[in-house]
Amino acid sequence: MSKRFNLWFILPLAVFVGLVAFFAVGLQRDPHLVPSPLIDRPAPNFLLPQLEAQGKSFSPATYHGQVWLLNVWASWCVSCREEHPVLLKFSREQHIPLVGLDYKDQAADAQHWLDNYGNPYTLTAVDADGRVGIDYGVYGVPETYIIDKAGIIRYKQIGPITPESLQQVILPLLRELQK
Amino acid sequence: MKNLIRVLMVLLGLGLSWATLAGEAKPLAEDPVVEQRMIKIAEEMRCLVCQNESLAGSHADLAEDLRQEIREQIRQGKSNQEVMDFMVTRYGDFVRYRPPVKPTTWLLWFGPFLLLALGLAVLAGVLRHRARTPATEPLSAEQKQHAEALLRDQP
Repeated sequence: MSKRFNLWFILPLAVFVGLVAFFAVGLQRDPHLVPSPLIDRPAPNFLLPQLEAQGKSFSPATYHGQVWLLNVWASWCVSCREEHPVLLKFSREQHIPLVGLDYKDQAADAQHWLDNYGNPYTLTAVDADGRVGIDYGVYGVPETYIIDKAGIIRYKQIGPITPESLQQVILPLLRELQK
Repeated sequence: MKNLIRVLMVLLGLGLSWATLAGEAKPLAEDPVVEQRMIKIAEEMRCLVCQNESLAGSHADLAEDLRQEIREQIRQGKSNQEVMDFMVTRYGDFVRYRPPVKPTTWLLWFGPFLLLALGLAVLAGVLRHRARTPATEPLSAEQKQHAEALLRDQP
């Protein structure tokens, strides 16, 4: 009898601890990180003009058989500034195609941005009206997609790539995909 | 006085709605049928930028683009379901205000009922326990003797 009584006393405490644990995990998750349904799906195809090579266009089929990155950016994007040095370092140290997708931007502004801050991109495709962005489920620039040799999206980074996410997530994944 | 305030409020309301409509009146005039269907679909969708707003009500740039995309798909003769599928393949179930019932959302859909059932079970248990235990326990022989002794000692 007295044992049961103790159990009833402890129950509210146990429920409370459970709630605290629930909130501790739940509240630290960023609600802006919406898991992409495109992971492990083929990268949507597109054909877009390039920013710098006038008259040339780019399609993801170009890099079929290679691991490559698609980085969505824009000159109006504040977090892209934060990410930029990381991308510059990446492009200096890695021989992996890094394609920029200049999202809903003015060509002159984008060119000016690259001239001013340096150009980490193998090439930049211009998505002026954001239609390709919609196909890729872009909702917060910058976003980065890792696409494998078979043209499958394997990872999506929402928000800027940080030195930590580069070292801990992106580089290991790239190494694995390149095997 | 009350009427005057009412009239003023109506006028203010009209002014405000006119002001908000002014920026968006153009697509409305284009094709009211398409527009109405677009709004109906967009009200079922969450804006990914602001998250607490529907796609229909959001002023985010992306929401505007997506509304335009919906308009175009309606004009192409797509059904509401096809438009919804288009969005879900790109943005995931998160874009829907009514998430589909599937194993990963079972907890979301049935969790509240589970909690209710749990609560009822606890309530039933407590009530049954209470019914079984008498309100006051009878005194033991020793306690009875003690009580009687006390009563006898009363002046």
